[in-house]
Amino acid sequence: MKSRILMTITFTILSWTDLRAKIDFEREVRPILINKCINCHGGIKAKSGLNFTKKNTVFNKLNSGEIAVTAKSPLKSELFHRITSTDESDKMPPDKPLSQKEINTIKAWIKEGAIWPEHWAYSPLQKKAQNGSSIDEIIVAKLKEIGITQSKIANKRTLIRRLSLDLIGLPPSKIEINNFINDTSDNAYEKLVQRLLESKHFGERWARHWLDSARYADSDGYEKDNIRPNAWIWRKWVIDTINNDMPFDQFTIEQISGDLKKNAKPSQVLATAFHRQTLYNREGGVDPEEDRTKRTIDRANTTALVWLGLSLECAQCHDHPYDSLTQKEFYQFYSFFNDMTESEIDYESDFLEKKSKVRVMKRKDRQTFIFHRGDFLQPMKEIKISSTTPRSLPQINADKSKEWDRIDLGNWLVNVNNPLSSRVLSNDIWTKLFGASLVQTKSDFGTRSTPPEQLYLLDHLAEKFNQLNWSRKKLIAYIVNSKTYKQSSIRRKEADEKDPDNHFYHRQNRFRIEGEIVRDIFLSSSGLIKHKIGGPSVFPPIPDGVAEQSFAGNFKWETSQGDDRYRRGMYTFFKRTAPDPNLITFDCPDANVSITKRNISNNPIVALATLGNEVFHEAAQALAKRIIKNLPNDNDQDRIAEAFQLCTSRKSKPEETNELMTLLKKSRHFYAENKEEAKTVIGKYSIENIEAADLAPWVNVSRIILNLDETITRE
Amino acid sequence: MQANLRRDFLTSSASGIGGIALSHLLNQETFADAHVAKNSHFSPKAKNCIFIFMAGAPSQLDLFDYKPKLNELNGKKMDAELLKGKRFAFLQKESAVLMGSSRKFSQHGKSGMWFSDLVPNLAKCSDDICMIRSMHTDQFNHHPGQLQMQCGEAKFGIPSTGSWINYGLGSENQNLPGYIVLTAGRGSSGGATLWQNGFLPSNYAGVQFRNGDSPLLNLKNPNGIPIQLQKSGLETLRKLNEKHFSRTLDPEILSRIENYELAFRMQSAAPELVDLSNETSKTLENYGVNRQLPKEGGGRGKGNGNTYADFSRNCLLARRMVERGVRFVNIIHASWDHHSNLDPEISFNARMSDQPIAALINDLKERGLLDETLVVWAGEFGRTPLGENRPGRKANTGRDHHPNAFTALMAGGGVRGGLTYGSTDEIGWNPEENPVHVNDFQATLLHLFGLDHEKLTYNHAGTQRRLTSITRKSRVIKDILT
Repeated sequence: MKSRILMTITFTILSWTDLRAKIDFEREVRPILINKCINCHGGIKAKSGLNFTKKNTVFNKLNSGEIAVTAKSPLKSELFHRITSTDESDKMPPDKPLSQKEINTIKAWIKEGAIWPEHWAYSPLQKKAQNGSSIDEIIVAKLKEIGITQSKIANKRTLIRRLSLDLIGLPPSKIEINNFINDTSDNAYEKLVQRLLESKHFGERWARHWLDSARYADSDGYEKDNIRPNAWIWRKWVIDTINNDMPFDQFTIEQISGDLKKNAKPSQVLATAFHRQTLYNREGGVDPEEDRTKRTIDRANTTALVWLGLSLECAQCHDHPYDSLTQKEFYQFYSFFNDMTESEIDYESDFLEKKSKVRVMKRKDRQTFIFHRGDFLQPMKEIKISSTTPRSLPQINADKSKEWDRIDLGNWLVNVNNPLSSRVLSNDIWTKLFGASLVQTKSDFGTRSTPPEQLYLLDHLAEKFNQLNWSRKKLIAYIVNSKTYKQSSIRRKEADEKDPDNHFYHRQNRFRIEGEIVRDIFLSSSGLIKHKIGGPSVFPPIPDGVAEQSFAGNFKWETSQGDDRYRRGMYTFFKRTAPDPNLITFDCPDANVSITKRNISNNPIVALATLGNEVFHEAAQALAKRIIKNLPNDNDQDRIAEAFQLCTSRKSKPEETNELMTLLKKSRHFYAENKEEAKTVIGKYSIENIEAADLAPWVNVSRIILNLDETITRE
Repeated sequence: MQANLRRDFLTSSASGIGGIALSHLLNQETFADAHVAKNSHFSPKAKNCIFIFMAGAPSQLDLFDYKPKLNELNGKKMDAELLKGKRFAFLQKESAVLMGSSRKFSQHGKSGMWFSDLVPNLAKCSDDICMIRSMHTDQFNHHPGQLQMQCGEAKFGIPSTGSWINYGLGSENQNLPGYIVLTAGRGSSGGATLWQNGFLPSNYAGVQFRNGDSPLLNLKNPNGIPIQLQKSGLETLRKLNEKHFSRTLDPEILSRIENYELAFRMQSAAPELVDLSNETSKTLENYGVNRQLPKEGGGRGKGNGNTYADFSRNCLLARRMVERGVRFVNIIHASWDHHSNLDPEISFNARMSDQPIAALINDLKERGLLDETLVVWAGEFGRTPLGENRPGRKANTGRDHHPNAFTALMAGGGVRGGLTYGSTDEIGWNPEENPVHVNDFQATLLHLFGLDHEKLTYNHAGTQRRLTSITRKSRVIKDILT
């Protein structure tokens, strides 16, 4: 009787699972294995020979002779026995059993045939026309499923400010805004996109993204942290290359292997400075070979992170705990970079006054060995390692008859048939235009990553990138011309309830812009900014005591004079052990490791900076002077509106103007009675024939407008 | 609406819902609740930590680890077996000879704890100190070693201990950062990477206080903006930001409004914190706040010429910080790298630090704060029993880097005072009893705060990361707990 009841229950459960959609291995089964099993049965331990990162150990005989999973037959699957066993010595996991739901999932999955598909990020791009053939179609179809609509298109002021910040990292000028608003032609928006893509500032903006990936800095790092006086020449190469829209495949190949090309042009050799950006330890007691292997490991890790969305680093000491990546495969990948050595070339260019030495990479043959437990003093000389890419990653028909070198690696990374790097790179561009990644774990496309909600969209973009011959500008144009991009970022209650984190893009995102651009906005709004594309790094004012933070105070920060004091944030000299706090406070990376997505911190230190820092206060002084000069005979309200527009690209609403008028009056009252304070607060930004006490209130009003959330936010 | 819901969740969760590492449940990158107190995994002993980091690696053999045998063997070669496979920064191991200590050692307190004559005041606190003589680390260069001591591993981009603790427990002070860094003398090898937040939200980075009366960057209003105008300005700012919130419903705006208000409170709280005018002259004297630098010695330890006074002041500030609920204070001093001139230079540093640290321990005790405040004294590694014999040197007057064995001190915060834990062999080369890896030390430190080092994790790049290395089985040193 008892067993009869049990059977009925089992039957009911099975028939229920049969009714629903098939078990999704990636979303339902793999997470159980990773969270509950992999600590013992993964890349590090693989107890009893079972390793859930390796499919073959799961479906073949184990050390014990048992088979973990036999498709369609839970009863012939040791995995099922173990997770349902009540015997203390047999049951798995030993300490905490799986929940009934998890057991049911695994059982149903085995019953259905134990389908173990290739990891989503490594499988070919999915091209299903029924899911739509454009960004908007794909987005709208998905939104329909969950019962919400797209947001309306943002107003023109928001659009031009958003586009300007995203594409060139500068706010639009008053004239540019008016031109766009007055342009009623059908393609006004497309023309604007085109103009911005052709701007020289486009290269600056998108170079800075690349510099994050490359961990660019003007010094070596570590204790000595010696400066790298010509590092900027490579930065200029990145800016120019992006402005010329060098196709991303070529952009990749030159940076990975420019030195190996036959008759390589100097610019192609210069490109390899991507790999010169690693830290370099010149501490006295450092074993040079140890530091070289560290730099090589960093090059391998950085390449894997930037192009493949993979964190390789675990595998330098042991097989990867989660990903199907062995220690040997790590060193096969490492081997590509083990033939690189630091070198210098004389470089000539029209932007250089004379030939200059630049640090690049060149080839030097070395034999690679696996390092036992990652220790460079313990090479395992019995195994000869040659360069190749990990087996679990896309295998692309390439000439395997000869040993691979970095040229082959570059070709493999940007092969049109390599779905992984196409996905990683197009997702990267998307992320910069939406402030959100399509893949939840931006820096991890490995097997622990769940497929994105918008996998079709990601694959559509990846395919598009290929079709557009890896043109960065064209892919950006394609994305920003979509209705999805143009949506308003204002939240809608009903849509927010169904899609609270905006995974389905029912609106644009609203976010604080990066630290360099915070500076650029302050300097642009106040008219202080001085533009020059490229050139050596500059030294804007920093607080006393910062430079002294570096080792033994061996570094002097000589504040730049003249125009160089007001250059864009991306040109600020980056000393790794004593970086400009105005950058770090706003989450600019510390350049020690590659970063593909920045944090956006919102804290009191940020507030103190924009309220009190010398650079930002100078912008407030200059903005006050600018509006009085621009509008010598206008009334207070108009001047407030002018300042407001310079900072936020929109006109202030009457109630906003009124609030600022109140502040203006209070400030006037104070400075009328405190003439000395008035002189102090305007600093060097006085105006002839205007009393300090009349100008000073405008400084206080300007600084509050500059501190608006909106001023440093891209909407 | 959305934003209000989130806010309610935040405030209510401060007292419930398990509390732990709540920011992990929220959007990790944009909204971190650094200024909300959170619950620990189990009942904590320590609430605050003052971590005094002696960067450069002080010689344990001349301060704490008494080795009469080493003195006997002075000038002799050492057992070649022990040197096999060992690497040194500078030392030539083929010709190196042992170097005894010229310091006088004696026993102190109820337990008879050994101290050298360099630290007479610290010796008087021996009943409150737990001395671990069997520390060891994996790194033998400064910056990597300092990273391992502060962040668990010799890696960039990972959080420091202070970041982890604040991430786990939040701050108890609404007007000050939860993690403050104080430095005296010259910069350390590691610089700002020693108080990095790594992959944790940037609210958890250490905030460096500067010496002098303006402790935080940008704390003061620009000249010519008096406090009342700052206040009116911020009122206007709040109203304008609120209006914009009502249009966009973006909760980040509410967060920004709160942060401007906190910034304003910090503008008065931070200067009050560093204002020592209401400390008694006795207290100032105990800490040595007005000490002058001795005329002789010091070498690079002299720093800016104000190191003695700055270090004393930092110790006193650390007490004022924990009184105000600052969770983690890092005092960093960086000139213990004595490859040569060991005797005069270590003596200079010891005199600088001995009196104020002892004063700090006593002061905390008198105020009833020592039980809940953990004081740590440690460097990144130790120094060799071998004299350093670089080519071209006439005599061995210093010691090289030694990762195998060194000494760290703890006091208060749930640690057994008067306990000497672990030992090294007769020349101080390797730990003999109860070796303590840096990660074990860190696991123990977290334990004192009621945090389980295996549970205080953060998902980064697909891996649950923690302070201790995920590939090493680290242990809490239960024997040293009260």
